[in-house]
Amino acid sequence: MHEIEKALDDRQLAVTAENLGISRRGFLQFCTGVAATLGLSNTAGIQIAQAVSNSGMRRPSVIWLSGSECTGCTESLLRSTHPTLETLILDMVSLDYSEALSVAAGYQVEEAKSAAMKENWGKYILVVEGAIPTKDGGIYCKIAGKTMLEHLHEGAEGAAAIVAMGSCSSWGGIPSAGMNPTGAKGVSDIIYDKPIINIPGCPPNPYNFLSVVLQYVTFNTLPALDDQLRPKFAYGRLIHENCERRPHFDAGRFANEFGDEGHRLGYCLYKLGCKGPETWANCPVIEFGDIGGGIWPVGVGAPCFGCTEKGVGFTKALHEASEVSTHTSPEFFPNINPEKGSTATAGSAGLLGAALGAAVGASAMAIRNLGKSEQQNESQGS
Amino acid sequence: MDRRSFLKMAGSGAVIAASGIPAAARGNLEVSDEAVGMLFDATRCIGCRACVASCKEIHGKPAELLDGEPMWDAAEDLSADTLNIIKAYKNEVEGHVSFIKRNCMHCVDPGCVSVCPTKALTKDPVTGIVEYDKDVCIGCRTCMASCPYNIPKYSYDETFGEINKCTFCNSKGIERISKGMLPGCSEVCPTGANIFGKRSDLLEEARRRLELNEGDRYVYKLNAIDSRYQQEGTVGKYQQHIYGEHEAGGTQVLMLAGVPFENLGMPNLPERSYASISETVQHSIYKSAIAPTALLGGMLWLARRNEKRIRDEEDQDGGDS
Amino acid sequence: MSHYKKLDHKLLTLPTALLSLAAITSLTIIGYRFLNGLGSVTNLNDVYPWGIWVAFDIVVGTAFACGGYALALVVYILNKGKYHPLIRPALLTSLLGYAMGAVSAFIDMGRFYNFYYLFNPNQINLNSVMLEIALCVMAYILVMFIEFMPAMLEKFKKFALKEKLEKVLFVFIAIGALLPTMHQSSLGSLLIAAGQKVYPLWQSLYFQPILALSSAIIMGMSIVIWEGSMVTVVYKRQPETHLLKGVGQFALYLLLFFLVIRLFDITNRGVWGLAFQGDYRGNMFLLEMVLFLIPTYILISPSLRKRGPQLMVAGTSLLLAGALYRLNAFLIGWVPNPADTYSYFPSVPELMVTIGLVALELLVYVVVIKMFPIWPKEHGEAAQILHESG
Repeated sequence: MHEIEKALDDRQLAVTAENLGISRRGFLQFCTGVAATLGLSNTAGIQIAQAVSNSGMRRPSVIWLSGSECTGCTESLLRSTHPTLETLILDMVSLDYSEALSVAAGYQVEEAKSAAMKENWGKYILVVEGAIPTKDGGIYCKIAGKTMLEHLHEGAEGAAAIVAMGSCSSWGGIPSAGMNPTGAKGVSDIIYDKPIINIPGCPPNPYNFLSVVLQYVTFNTLPALDDQLRPKFAYGRLIHENCERRPHFDAGRFANEFGDEGHRLGYCLYKLGCKGPETWANCPVIEFGDIGGGIWPVGVGAPCFGCTEKGVGFTKALHEASEVSTHTSPEFFPNINPEKGSTATAGSAGLLGAALGAAVGASAMAIRNLGKSEQQNESQGS
Repeated sequence: MDRRSFLKMAGSGAVIAASGIPAAARGNLEVSDEAVGMLFDATRCIGCRACVASCKEIHGKPAELLDGEPMWDAAEDLSADTLNIIKAYKNEVEGHVSFIKRNCMHCVDPGCVSVCPTKALTKDPVTGIVEYDKDVCIGCRTCMASCPYNIPKYSYDETFGEINKCTFCNSKGIERISKGMLPGCSEVCPTGANIFGKRSDLLEEARRRLELNEGDRYVYKLNAIDSRYQQEGTVGKYQQHIYGEHEAGGTQVLMLAGVPFENLGMPNLPERSYASISETVQHSIYKSAIAPTALLGGMLWLARRNEKRIRDEEDQDGGDS
Repeated sequence: MSHYKKLDHKLLTLPTALLSLAAITSLTIIGYRFLNGLGSVTNLNDVYPWGIWVAFDIVVGTAFACGGYALALVVYILNKGKYHPLIRPALLTSLLGYAMGAVSAFIDMGRFYNFYYLFNPNQINLNSVMLEIALCVMAYILVMFIEFMPAMLEKFKKFALKEKLEKVLFVFIAIGALLPTMHQSSLGSLLIAAGQKVYPLWQSLYFQPILALSSAIIMGMSIVIWEGSMVTVVYKRQPETHLLKGVGQFALYLLLFFLVIRLFDITNRGVWGLAFQGDYRGNMFLLEMVLFLIPTYILISPSLRKRGPQLMVAGTSLLLAGALYRLNAFLIGWVPNPADTYSYFPSVPELMVTIGLVALELLVYVVVIKMFPIWPKEHGEAAQILHESG
């Protein structure tokens, strides 16, 4: 905290905070909060704050492409903060192209996009929202006369890095569900020669995206990624391993129907098809909507459907049981002296009886025969 | 039957009977100086089952699912897939629960080692760990029959099964003790209910704990007897008995508990190991192969004499029986 | 000229057909076991490592097969030459019985492909009772096969070779009397290490070897009586009662010896109370005792013990008693945990393998006695031939 006290004296910081209309402390708290999400220390938070307030730094250019999308990811981002902070974030980067947020439209916007790309060639961040249809030459999504596929290739060529925002651009999402009639694919299935960061989710928690951007802006580095190119700080754990309802799972307390006793008591939703056990995300940790108190799907009684996971979200049935891979002991214990083992069945007892009977029967028959022949011999002999 | 034949029979019978009586008794084996072990204190166990999860992970064993309940690893008992298990004893009357950790006791005089025909089960002369070598095991399962705790478990569901049991995480390919690490169960235990160390040190610690009074404060070691990690706690009620100190020759896994050990499923065993009795009987009969050789000598002489005579008699009789 | 002949009967009859069917079923199940593991066929579990394949096929089966051993003791060691004609059939039964026991041991062995380690001097554990049993049984089967050679050589008319063999046969006879003494007593010793897991009525500790051995010899004599009577009836031959009653006498002396030790052991350990608790194990003990006492009564009584049917009753009862004694010690009296909450009962395929192997044994026996000179010629038959040949 000592460093934070020192930072509060920073003149530049004070000016920025005043411009934003919030207190210096509040501004620092926001930045250290973002640092914490990234798994970084308070010192890093101060660096972020300084980077933000350092107006001498050129804001990196961001080109935001929209493919086969519902714009939910942009909407999610828009609802991430208090409006003045939102403005700040958009001021941290120079959003040079965004179909959803742009007031202007038409040729001018496209020209502005080309100009920005040329000017920042090799340095701009390409953000892709929505899947890219690839069937039939990609004609199922066209913007400004060109297919999304072409836009992607063009945009990727000069990008420093590509951020795939949402499940659609990460692995195909909703457009790729079922038969995938348009051949919708994620960015990493098309572009191979640029650093890609996937932020899956439908929509993803906006802070997963914001933290990546802030890290790049502050340190010029990208976070550690897993084998599906997702930042480990957000997608490194199964929902099942972080869920507040896990004790109910371990104790065998489940909701069996929507609205039943168990559901109302907040029991585990595994039996309603919750895909938490096979979904990697941080929803239980940072939740949604910035209001805290269990505001995420499971927290409000809706089983997770695995929106971040390829092969789970939009693929498995909502109420299909998910696969548990991290088996641990339940809350109930085995008996000291279990009653186990096989007992006689009709078949086995019958077979045993028949065999024994045959042996004894044959002996009995022989005994009788011997008796008879002995009697015969005696009557003959004497 | 004439007197002569009867005396012959009785005589041979007596020789055979006498060979069953121990000539030189083989007592219990002694514990080695550097023998390692574990101390399980049931009064400290909270039933978290971190030890069960750790053991499964280290050995790569699959979960044991209950019928129709794919959610948990809910083993009912030790098995080929479960080398360590926590069971609970519930005393409905007095309203308390006690947990017991079951795994190989690493006996000082192991029955399994004594009976194995091909030395698949051996006891390390230094650490005393009872180890298994599947490459020479014939799968006869005599070890399963001669373990008073029913520890070795054969994997019947595999085409080529093998024996499975706790080896203090020192089996081939794992070798945690050899690498200076702790067995998994001791490493993860959060309360120090299960600690690893030299058996002699653990025995001392167990004796110290039995001197304490219920309600005292005591500093319990975590993970190992010589660990720098410890935790202060309140002493519970102890049964004044260290299980494994003498049972069937003693075991390297020692136990303390607050409820009688019979309630926890631990058998009440005499001090003399059954392995020592079995070996006494075997050695008495086969000591330097004296008895069998003598018997063979006698039989050879009799057989030679009688067999020839019978054949000659039959040839003379011309086939009449 | 041979004193033995092959029985003149058809090979394919209804009984042999049925036996073949049972044998084939058994062999099929055995094949399945080798492909899919023991658990796929048996009801063996984590606390009952030995089921009927061990307790019946091996332990009881080899005791049934002690006819050759028992008779060898009587004929060659006690010098009772008049029982000699019974030797070949008894030897055949023994050979087949032990072969079945060995086959069962092999299919019961979980890692049978490592069995050659039993012969590796660097690997074997000389303290092991199981090792002794394994090696001894294998050696004994070899010896019995050699002892059986004269019958085979006779069939194939290799008389010169037969004479050479018979000169050294006494060596194999002597070894063949030693080996069962060793492993039959060891089959009893096998249970000592199991300690408390064997019910006190059968855990005789130091007396295990002598009780196992004496009951094995008794069963060997009983099988001679049983087999002799059965062949008489089935193949309509003259009864061998004059010989069998002598065998019965030997059995009696050994039976009294066995009962004295058994009763002394139970009294000494103070466990009589368990016999009269009215529970399953207590009742099985009482049944076993009854099955031992019936033949005791018959064989003591001067009038009963020389009659064919009564001898057969005694023989059958003794076989059942000995078998029950072993099954009680190994299986019924098996108590894996003090609370006694575990159970075992063989599965249908498991039982079928045992039944099929016994059927196979009977089948081979019946075929061999019809193809090879095993059974002695009947009274007067040889004399008639001699007379006719001039």
